[in-house]
Amino acid sequence: MASTAAAWSGQRPEQSWLSRKLDDRRVLAFLFMMPVTILLVTFLSYPLGLGVWLGFTDTRIGRDGIWIGLENYAYLFDDSVFWLSVFNTIVYTTLATVFKFGLGLWLALLLNHALPFKSLIRAIVLLPWIVPTVLSAIAFWWIYDPQFSIISYVLTKMGIIDTNIDFLGTAWNARFSLIAANVWRGIPFVAISLLAGLQTISPSLYEAAMIDGATAWERFVHVTVPMLMPILAVVLTFSVLFTFTDFQLVYAITRGGPNNATHLMATLAFQRAIPGGYLGEGAAIAVAMIPFLVASTIFSYVALARRKWQQGGSDD
Amino acid sequence: MRWMTRRSTLGLMAGVAGGALMSRGAFAEVQVADVPAPDYQIEEGAELRILRPSKFVAGDEELFLANAKKFTEQTGVPVRVDQESWQDLRPKTAVAANVGTGPDIVLAWNDDPHQYPEKILDLTELAEYLGKKYGGWTPLAETMGKGPDGNWICIPVGGSGGKMVYRQSWLKEAGYDEFPKDTAGFLELAKKMKEIGHPVGFTLGQAEGDGNTFAHWLLWSHGASLVDEEGNVTIDSPETRQALEYGKELYPTFIPGTLSWLDPSNNKAFLAGEVSVVANGISVYYAAKTSDDPNVQAIAEDIQHAPMPIGPAGKPTETALVVNAMIFQHTKYPNAAKEYVRFIMEKDQYEPWQAASIGYWAHSLNAYDGNPIWTDDPKHTPYQKVMTEALPYGWKGPLGYASAGALADYIVVTMVSSAMSGSASIDDAIAEAEKRAKRYYR
Repeated sequence: MASTAAAWSGQRPEQSWLSRKLDDRRVLAFLFMMPVTILLVTFLSYPLGLGVWLGFTDTRIGRDGIWIGLENYAYLFDDSVFWLSVFNTIVYTTLATVFKFGLGLWLALLLNHALPFKSLIRAIVLLPWIVPTVLSAIAFWWIYDPQFSIISYVLTKMGIIDTNIDFLGTAWNARFSLIAANVWRGIPFVAISLLAGLQTISPSLYEAAMIDGATAWERFVHVTVPMLMPILAVVLTFSVLFTFTDFQLVYAITRGGPNNATHLMATLAFQRAIPGGYLGEGAAIAVAMIPFLVASTIFSYVALARRKWQQGGSDD
Repeated sequence: MRWMTRRSTLGLMAGVAGGALMSRGAFAEVQVADVPAPDYQIEEGAELRILRPSKFVAGDEELFLANAKKFTEQTGVPVRVDQESWQDLRPKTAVAANVGTGPDIVLAWNDDPHQYPEKILDLTELAEYLGKKYGGWTPLAETMGKGPDGNWICIPVGGSGGKMVYRQSWLKEAGYDEFPKDTAGFLELAKKMKEIGHPVGFTLGQAEGDGNTFAHWLLWSHGASLVDEEGNVTIDSPETRQALEYGKELYPTFIPGTLSWLDPSNNKAFLAGEVSVVANGISVYYAAKTSDDPNVQAIAEDIQHAPMPIGPAGKPTETALVVNAMIFQHTKYPNAAKEYVRFIMEKDQYEPWQAASIGYWAHSLNAYDGNPIWTDDPKHTPYQKVMTEALPYGWKGPLGYASAGALADYIVVTMVSSAMSGSASIDDAIAEAEKRAKRYYR
């Protein structure tokens, strides 16, 4: 040891430029952030930016476009089919979300109780969610068939109706039929997510409420709902986003018909951009969805931020 | 329009060729000229990916795949055949064109090749060889095959025509011996069919094949068209109004639900005995004929085919769903691809493929008029001249981005269905169609 100590000159060995840089916490942080930044830019920001850019061009399939400013948007502003698709999308999202949440919450509350074969029942509840969308779309296409609908068949045999129900042949019938299919698919996501939230609520809160003489309804309103609110806001946001951007169910069942009555913004964007060849116009329709999606996200942020009242505070 | 003058010329040629075939007597045969094939030197290590529409008749797929296998055995070139649903074929083709990768050969719909002529190989040499060897191209094939410069940009493989498919026994029950030849007579028939409980049914949904077949026939039979020869939008015309008025009168004779019908819907309804008349290819008959169910087979006996009725336009106005083989420039093996397309169009492969489809794909080369499939069963015969008589979608205008886009956007189908069903007034339906068409034809 003595010899070693004597040999040390009292100076650190010369560090390379790279070593010095890697010792710098700011550089290290930058380097660690690089992979995720590259991933985000490549797979999220670039496609979004490209979509926004295409909306300002007259790009067609197989041919580059030129900058045309707001011309696509100006055309869409006067396009009744576009506005019809906006209307359809809002109706579809609103009604489907309301039903999914009502039924999903109800299902979650049922599943939160001590049921026999609980695990099996929960697995069954998940089935609509795990079945490929196109498969369920084809099933619904048959269920809604004007000539061979199982619903019409059963109701006819029971003597309730005389002629088959035209599920997809009229505008409102088709809209409601698609909403029903979407609700069927979306309930498991809502139910299982809310069930997870319900199970995080401490039983002591319910016990305390019961000791205070709270009824079941009061326990639900004053304990369950506030405690569930954070996850409810997140699930609501995701559900709205998924429903608003739904494509597969509608495209597989009606392709936007009859007479464009079920075109959503997503299906119209696809039809105009890919089969129709107008990438620019299709992109503009897709970009027009962004304000709605941003509004939904902001709603979620605001709802999540209001935590005080969950702990007995005010909403200020 | 160049194709109109060519149509008349080639129609005459086809007539002469047909006459020559008739004069040869009853034995049907594909007459082949002795023409040397182009010498395509297949690239070392070549392999091919082919994209085609999914089958509507089983024999089509079976023989197509068998021919692909045969090609591999003879040349050593592995061939992978992907099948895409009718609706998804166009988007997938479009994406391949846009990104420059994917299948080497696509059997593309109608005027899709005209959307990106600069992305696909010039096939003039191959088309000229096939034309010389097989008695020339049919008029519709020539219209579809030639690009804006007059060069061949694709090889039309075949077309599925739309005819009136009806139940003979119910026609007699309605008091008819033969299917009406004009639109006025057809309207009367449809009303009688409705009265005796056998309604007609024509697809008014967004169906690639049957929706377009019916809607375009309705429009054209009354002398109307989306555009004129120069591509000017002419849909707002007295003829269109007349067509839609006729459609409104016809619509009450339909079975409920046709507004939501997609391509398979009318086949199913017809075979289930729900409707008496549909507009379709030969696939309904094929399904009945090859069914294992004796009840469905019995329907095959009762099925007959007739030309779509002639309207005030005074001439046949049917259309056809054409598939065109096009080769992308991004292929690494252009010679192998050309050789493959040549191979499937040659008699040894084409004739059995067409026979296995029992005429679902009408030929694009005149010599295949001699395929015995057309005379083996008289019920096949109405589809024999589909590629000679049918008008291209986009008629009367030029083929290209606009015609392909207008078709894919269901402009005509939506106008016809919304006016017929009363969900829009005739004026509103026309105005909407005109506005949208002008977007494409600007």
